[in-house]
Amino acid sequence: MEEAVTKPTKKGGARLCCICNQSRAALKRPKTLEQICKECFYEVFEEEIHQVIVDNQLFKPGERIAIGASGGKDSTVLACVLSELNRRHNYGLDLFLLSVDEGITGYRDDSLETVKRNEVQYGLPLKIVSYKDLYGWTMDEIVKMIGLKNNCTFCGVFRRQALDRGASLLKVDKVATGHNADDIAETVLLNILRGDIARLSRCTSIVTGEDGPIPRCKPFKYTYEKEIVIYPCSLKCSVVIEKFTYAYFKRLDYFSTECIYSPNAYRGFAREFIKDLERIRPRAILDIIKSGENFRISTSTKMPEQGTCQRCGYISSQKWCKACVLLEGLNRGLPKLGIGRSRGLNNDNKKEKDVTQSNGAKSIESKQCGTLDF
Amino acid sequence: MKSESRDREIEVEGCDAVLPSPFSKIRSLNMQLTLEFGGGLELLCESVKVHKVNVDTPNEAEKLTMKDLLSWVSTNLIKERPEMFMKGDSVRPGVLVLVNDCDWELSGQLDTTLEEKDVVVFISTLHGG
Repeated sequence: MEEAVTKPTKKGGARLCCICNQSRAALKRPKTLEQICKECFYEVFEEEIHQVIVDNQLFKPGERIAIGASGGKDSTVLACVLSELNRRHNYGLDLFLLSVDEGITGYRDDSLETVKRNEVQYGLPLKIVSYKDLYGWTMDEIVKMIGLKNNCTFCGVFRRQALDRGASLLKVDKVATGHNADDIAETVLLNILRGDIARLSRCTSIVTGEDGPIPRCKPFKYTYEKEIVIYPCSLKCSVVIEKFTYAYFKRLDYFSTECIYSPNAYRGFAREFIKDLERIRPRAILDIIKSGENFRISTSTKMPEQGTCQRCGYISSQKWCKACVLLEGLNRGLPKLGIGRSRGLNNDNKKEKDVTQSNGAKSIESKQCGTLDF
Repeated sequence: MKSESRDREIEVEGCDAVLPSPFSKIRSLNMQLTLEFGGGLELLCESVKVHKVNVDTPNEAEKLTMKDLLSWVSTNLIKERPEMFMKGDSVRPGVLVLVNDCDWELSGQLDTTLEEKDVVVFISTLHGG
């Protein structure tokens, strides 16, 4: 580029930020390949998210918003940025932190401690809903019963519902989740690989579930994971920063240990593939999201119909929602019920002719590793 | 590189066989660095996040590059699942590297030259959020 005139001395130290042209560049943005300094990075990082929120009308003044908070990097940064933007741009939002306690000793109990610190740091009220309270089972107990094979299915299905239940307890209008661009690109690929046409068509939407009781939105849809990770990291211990307006920022506190029950098989491959692509051409991530958005599903494709669960009233395309089927299995001592090719309780409600459909239905149900729900 | 070949020449041409070896030892520099592992990578090195280390430059080289450091780290610090840290001769895609708070993509990645007291941070982005 033009800056190449500047002699690339050691550590690129002489490279100046291409936005302010004053400070030393500290980061190469994956989205634009721009080399920018820390101060400009915070500025563009936050303002881009603000732009996404405004352009997509994610929030309305006066709304109550729950931030799905796991204690991980994405939700921690989301809580930090949303509370900052809410102040700065007068969104007029009432923000809450909402966490799900799956009951995984040594993993969730630790990460919940992180969320509790976030509650204090950002002054946001925190609500924790637990599997034990909602379903009568902790993940530890479930794993004890079913082993490590399909445990992520249970966890994923239960978490999705738990978040909705927690949200309705908080009486919020919307739930914001920390899914980032890398996650969404990954999910697009996974849904193609699984042939899950229903999820493929909605996994790229920035707002989902608008027809349901509590819609969800993803303010980080276009935000690269790299920047989310660097954001808190570069806020720490920097003498330069402390002199500037970010003085009040402390090092963001997030929890980064893998779930002890999730060796994370299938999604892991997609994840690694996305990272390989990113190294070659960072734009690839946004391009995959774009492709996902542009998928047009032929009108003759039969999609699963949305109804409500006859037992608990939760949205379901079947007679009983997935959580109720899984729970029934657990309580009856038949934990395989509802796993994989589902021939259990919902069978009677499906015509046998639907063999062609059953493929689709199966993959819709067999979602692995629930840290990411779309 | 230059000095390396010069040393070899001395070794070949010099009549005194004792000279070269102490010479090359002096040439190998010892550098004090701070290494930080985060985002789950600390689990690969006995859950210790910050390591103050002394690293020797490779034989007869006058400088230490990130490439040298990575191989030093994999042999000396990474105790388990090295594939979570390295892929080929670089870090695994998805692992961010900051040298003195600066993205290593700006400083030439593997070719980045390190100096005394530098701080190198490795963060994995591969964990759930």
